[in-house]
Amino acid sequence: MSSPSSATASSTSGGVRSPIIEFRDVSKVFTSRSGTTVAVDHVDLSIEEGEIFAVIGYSGAGKSTLVRLINGLERVTSGELIVDGQDVARLSESQMERKRRGIGMIFQQFNLFRSRTVAGNVAFPLKVAGWPKERRDARVAELLDFVGLLDRAHSYPDQLSGGQKQRVGIARALAAGPKVLLADESTSALDPETTQDVLRLLKKVNTELGVTVVVITHELEIVRAIADRVAILENGRVAECGTVFETFTNPRSEVGRKFVSTVIHDQPRGDDLTRIRQAHPGRIVTATIHDGSRLGAVLAGAGAAGVSFEIVYGGIGTLQARSFGSLTLELTGPDAAVDEVVRRLRDVTEVEEVA
Amino acid sequence: MNEGFEWSTHGAHLIEATGQTLYMVSATLVIGGLLGLVLGLGLYTTRKGGLLQNRWIFAILNLVVNIFRPIPFLILLFAVAPLTVGIVGTRLGSTAMIVPMSVAATFGVSRIVEQNLVAIDPGVIEAARATGATRWRIITTLLVPEALGPLILGYTFVCIAVVDMSALAGTLDGGGLGAFALDYGYKRWNFGVVWVTVIVIIILVQLAQALGNRLSRKVMHHN
Repeated sequence: MSSPSSATASSTSGGVRSPIIEFRDVSKVFTSRSGTTVAVDHVDLSIEEGEIFAVIGYSGAGKSTLVRLINGLERVTSGELIVDGQDVARLSESQMERKRRGIGMIFQQFNLFRSRTVAGNVAFPLKVAGWPKERRDARVAELLDFVGLLDRAHSYPDQLSGGQKQRVGIARALAAGPKVLLADESTSALDPETTQDVLRLLKKVNTELGVTVVVITHELEIVRAIADRVAILENGRVAECGTVFETFTNPRSEVGRKFVSTVIHDQPRGDDLTRIRQAHPGRIVTATIHDGSRLGAVLAGAGAAGVSFEIVYGGIGTLQARSFGSLTLELTGPDAAVDEVVRRLRDVTEVEEVA
Repeated sequence: MNEGFEWSTHGAHLIEATGQTLYMVSATLVIGGLLGLVLGLGLYTTRKGGLLQNRWIFAILNLVVNIFRPIPFLILLFAVAPLTVGIVGTRLGSTAMIVPMSVAATFGVSRIVEQNLVAIDPGVIEAARATGATRWRIITTLLVPEALGPLILGYTFVCIAVVDMSALAGTLDGGGLGAFALDYGYKRWNFGVVWVTVIVIIILVQLAQALGNRLSRKVMHHN
């Protein structure tokens, strides 16, 4: 598979990054006969060029509306929304139509044109952008090669599997060489294996073509798999925003903690905690593990101090190429000695007493 | 009196009448079909949430269609007679009948077009908008192909209604199979002629339906 040329092949790693999308106090209010709904509520957010940025939230949090503001499928009610140097809140519909050619979008239900072949779907944005026929054909072939569907060029969407449909969706979204790709729940209709394929492809779009990817999802696993940074949306507001590592290891908002607890099972809660308490009468602490925490060295010395330990719960994984997780330990021995071990643990990492 | 259908006496008239019916029906399908398509696209695009959403234009189009569509064809034929004379120069003959038939077909077709376009997944239109396509491009190049299969079946349905109209129009100096059955059959109490006409019409309708089914299957070949 080759890599089609793109408008932006730069800024994928290192260097000074600049925001390509910037929400400044953006609100979106829907007015209907039954009243008004604030879907996006005074959002400030900045998405850097060349990153994979995830927006996560429960359904109804406003994330679909938020992403549609970027390409003007929904128009901003108030505030400024700078996309690649232009405030899209101030563009007319016909200016917005032009602007959209630089922003690709893929959808949960793929939304392919059933009346057109795979090649016809990918060619559509190129016709819109006024490419001549020969260049169009070459570009379509290049893109189908990139997504691995060159042999299905003449198939119709109804003849494809879900994963193949989404690949066509991605090829179509990338056709005119956009700087930004918006992915609205793009894997929610796919099985786990196909989801991984599509996520790998999105990652490739980002690294090989330098396209900034904005991923909308309700699954933290997706965020963990591909995103650099994440914003958590709740009731139209940004509850928190940071790198994926920060957010997973130290969620600051209530909704953030709730999300993280659904995918990170390294700390005992509820029934597990009760069971551990019943089985282990000693002092129970949870120690956070990350690169550089020398937990083993401290525990190795515990025996000499007259303290024995048991690992009762925990999990360690990697996130954005860094280790992270936690271990829950039962420490038994004289109180003063246990205190001393806990103090030494605190020197190397964060330690939490488990009630 | 009822000597039955005689090819030597009736054959030439039957062929001429069939030709006139085909002429009226096909001209009506082209004119009424196109005007109905435009009106149907107008209804679909101006409705709430449509590409050209416009409450007032939609209300006017909707009202006009609602006023004209229920008018019985016979009355409509009389009502548009001045228009017919204005366009064709006479209110008699097959060509003249194409005017009231096209008017009736336009309103019928418009609703069928609207119904089939409403069935298009809004996500598909959103995807087209997301590529930066103008609304005009979406209306002219995407909507009809996306709904083509059901649209063909809808047009087939209208085609059969138009055959019906043509028979009625024929009895009022329009020529065609309706006039043939009336003049050579009913008025002379010759049911041989009436039944031959019925059989010809059945064949025409069957052919139209078969063609419609075939075409719609062909464009919905994709699954």
